[in-house]
Amino acid sequence: MTPEKILFYVFATILVLSATMVITRRDPVHSALFLVLAFFTSAILWMLLEAEFLAIVLVLVYVGAVMVLFLFVVMMLDTNKAAVRAGFVKMMPVGLIVAGVMAFEMFLIVGPQYFGLDKFAMPAPHPADYSNTEELGRVLYTVYMYPVEIAAVILLVGIIAAIGLTMRKRPDNKSLDPSEQVKVTKGPDRIRVVKMASEIKQEAK
Amino acid sequence: MIALSDYLMLGAILFSLSIAGIFLNRKNIIIILMCVELMLLAVNMNFIAFSRFLDDSAGQVFVFFILTVAAAEAAIGLAILIVVFRNRRTINVADLDTLKG
Repeated sequence: MTPEKILFYVFATILVLSATMVITRRDPVHSALFLVLAFFTSAILWMLLEAEFLAIVLVLVYVGAVMVLFLFVVMMLDTNKAAVRAGFVKMMPVGLIVAGVMAFEMFLIVGPQYFGLDKFAMPAPHPADYSNTEELGRVLYTVYMYPVEIAAVILLVGIIAAIGLTMRKRPDNKSLDPSEQVKVTKGPDRIRVVKMASEIKQEAK
Repeated sequence: MIALSDYLMLGAILFSLSIAGIFLNRKNIIIILMCVELMLLAVNMNFIAFSRFLDDSAGQVFVFFILTVAAAEAAIGLAILIVVFRNRRTINVADLDTLKG
């Protein structure tokens, strides 16, 4: 057992356990927090695979942004926990059977007989001055230039869609609309001009 | 030494767990969204493992784009969820049947 292997098994165990907690917890807040743990642990596993840039991006983007968004929504929505929990026990056998069969089939394909160390040898570790970020950045801005731009457009569409979906006019909002205010004309709608005889103020004696 | 099959089997376990999660929590749309995120994580794990063992950075670039799309998907999915909750006062999947003829 090399130290690397011990680290891998420790973190793989934490990852599988936290994923199990995500799908079995009653409270969605707990599920979201265990999902944070799962993302964090897999970031460490990606570090073991020497994908440092993506490991940091996973922590920053997922734990920092997406999961905080999830937690906001989970805490904002007042859900009836008993109703959404109904059918958990009833679906347990079906879910476990389907998942077990799927896992078994995938093990047959990706097991050590096809992807073991004798088929795919462990590559030599990168030298100390190797920069994963530099390598990724070099291909991202040359070979994958158009995909990067498309990804940027996808994020823009995501922003606009999220804002457009959730923005609404509140009926009890009493704020003024200046563009409507300056449209006032001397007409029948707002101001009425009355013709009347002039009056002389009486001096008090 | 850690073999490629170890990482692939870990990804397979994660993927199966999230499939089971969708079956178990099929009434709660938030947990279903979380399971979809977990599935994407399993797929990313495979991509990065292959990228390392085949010594090809294309796998990591692909994971980069999957992360981008997944972030946009989570933002729009949660926005739709909020609109649904505002209109129907529930996120129970069984109650969302207005499209039923």
